[in-house]
Amino acid sequence: MNNQSPLLNVDDLRVWFDVKPSGAMPWTKADKLKAVDGVSFSLMPGETLGIVGESGCGKSTLARAIMRMVPTETGTALWLGEDLLAMSKGEMRGHRKEMQMIFQDPLASLNPRMTIGQIVAEPLKTHYPDKRPGEVKKMVREALERVGILPNLVNRYPHEFSGGQCQRIGIARALIVDPRLIICDEPVSALDVSIQAQVINLLMELQKEMGLSLIFIAHDLSVVKHISTRVMVLYLGNVVEISDSAQLYKSPGHPYTEALISAVPIPDPKAQLAKEVMMLDQDLPSPLDPPSGCVFRTRCPFAKDICAREKPVLTDRGNGQNVACHVR
Amino acid sequence: MLDVKLNPSQRKTAEMAKNIANVKGRSLWADARRRFVQNKAAMVSVFVLGLVILFSFFGGYATEYDNETIDWNVLGSVAKVGQPSIESGHYFGFDDSARDLYSRVVQGSRISLAVGVVGAFIAVLVGTLYGAVAGFVGGRVDSIMMRLVDIFMSIPYMFVLILLLVVFGRSITMIFVGIGLTAWLDMSRIVRGQTLSLKNKEFIEAAMVTGVSTPKIILRHIVPNLLGVVVVYATLLVPQMILTESFISFLGLGVQEPLTSWGALISEGVKTMYYGAYWQLGFPLGFFIVAIFCFFFIGDGLRDALDPKDR
Repeated sequence: MNNQSPLLNVDDLRVWFDVKPSGAMPWTKADKLKAVDGVSFSLMPGETLGIVGESGCGKSTLARAIMRMVPTETGTALWLGEDLLAMSKGEMRGHRKEMQMIFQDPLASLNPRMTIGQIVAEPLKTHYPDKRPGEVKKMVREALERVGILPNLVNRYPHEFSGGQCQRIGIARALIVDPRLIICDEPVSALDVSIQAQVINLLMELQKEMGLSLIFIAHDLSVVKHISTRVMVLYLGNVVEISDSAQLYKSPGHPYTEALISAVPIPDPKAQLAKEVMMLDQDLPSPLDPPSGCVFRTRCPFAKDICAREKPVLTDRGNGQNVACHVR
Repeated sequence: MLDVKLNPSQRKTAEMAKNIANVKGRSLWADARRRFVQNKAAMVSVFVLGLVILFSFFGGYATEYDNETIDWNVLGSVAKVGQPSIESGHYFGFDDSARDLYSRVVQGSRISLAVGVVGAFIAVLVGTLYGAVAGFVGGRVDSIMMRLVDIFMSIPYMFVLILLLVVFGRSITMIFVGIGLTAWLDMSRIVRGQTLSLKNKEFIEAAMVTGVSTPKIILRHIVPNLLGVVVVYATLLVPQMILTESFISFLGLGVQEPLTSWGALISEGVKTMYYGAYWQLGFPLGFFIVAIFCFFFIGDGLRDALDPKDR
């Protein structure tokens, strides 16, 4: 797989939002909120990249930036060698069928006034407007069948389905144009555990079947471990570690990764009590005014002088781990 | 099809489900219709309002008298001989100029309802488009458009309306222009608010990610979800229009002779009350009140039916 060229290559991507302090005058200069600050990674065909990090670290913003839903400050996102971020709207529209997205709230991501047949058909009608209605109908049925929804329910409305079913419908909508990449933005965090497992297994099965690449955003580390080939850990808009999934869970490279993994509960009360959780004190610093040097240093138990002065760069530690840390 | 391992009872259910032909889903509209039909006050109102509308269109065929001919035998002694009477065929009696009041009420109903419906329609059309554009485009465009609305709203509209009628002459067209200038403002605010909350919904984002064009997003995703609010507001706007027109006509500035409206008829009726011609006030006032009540009940019923959560 490694001798293939990457499907997506993101380099030094920055997304800064203008934030005006409350009560600001119209001419006041806005502060810059650094939601994503210099993220680089690449994604191979057929690979699953998990993105983890706590709330507000820029996971969703990163996904939206790649899909051109939020304006980017600098950086490139090469899709098979073409920069998505430099494309015109029309060019981008042509590429949208190759990358689809699945959302966090399954019901809210479906238009309540449309039947699920219409919803699933929409990407198809947008990208292949010349398709005959009969053909569209057939493809919608196939897509629904593939995600385990009975195709004779096409005339039903989203509110008549459960959360898990709605998420399957969302997946069917993403699959119908035969994409190469699906970005899953916390697709299971609104579902209960047994349904989570179903949806994730469905995604993995489909991936195997269709050779999809996935970008899987979640804050639940155990879910990410189950599905990902590689995992990227974000902290305050910065990548602190990108490693092979197994390696990352076995021996986390970055102190922050270690803290995250130690916080995952073990489904055994005795083991859970015996486990040592690495607690981080203080809250997440404001992305309006991130710490100098290493963004994690204010909460890092191993911080040294150099961490405040220099920003650590991602370095390859061999064995598939890339870590941005001065200390380790 | 996925290979899902099913136990026998599940398999049976799945097989039964397969045998059901395409299941017809119940849309939110169908749900709303069901709730509306169950609302007795609203259904009675629909029926009564239907009668009033039929009356305004076809009421003229039920009498041999038209709304123009003056009965010279009655003129001058309307209070004594102009009473309503079934035998003479003047069901509602005579108006003060000795014309058949029944025909006059038919004519007035038609004009009042037309003013209400057309006025509300214009207000809803303009307001919805204006509000949806402001809300969806957002940013500076939104600010400018909404400040403009604020400025319009801060002008006392009755004053503007009266000024318009005095300066440009009294006519129905001028009433439409005057009411239309102000009535869409509320609508645009409501629609803008709704659009803002819809814009951030995930299904809009999903459509944008898919590559659906902006006009199609507005037409396919925003407008159908706005329609509930718009319909309710429109039904409540119709009686408001009728009231405004009636008030203007009552002041003597609105609909001019030989045309008439409920407001103008009521205004005449009030003038002749002192010598006992109460029917000249009673009949137009009755129709007016019944119609207004019907519209309000229907509006309430629609709101309850379309927004069961907000009750």
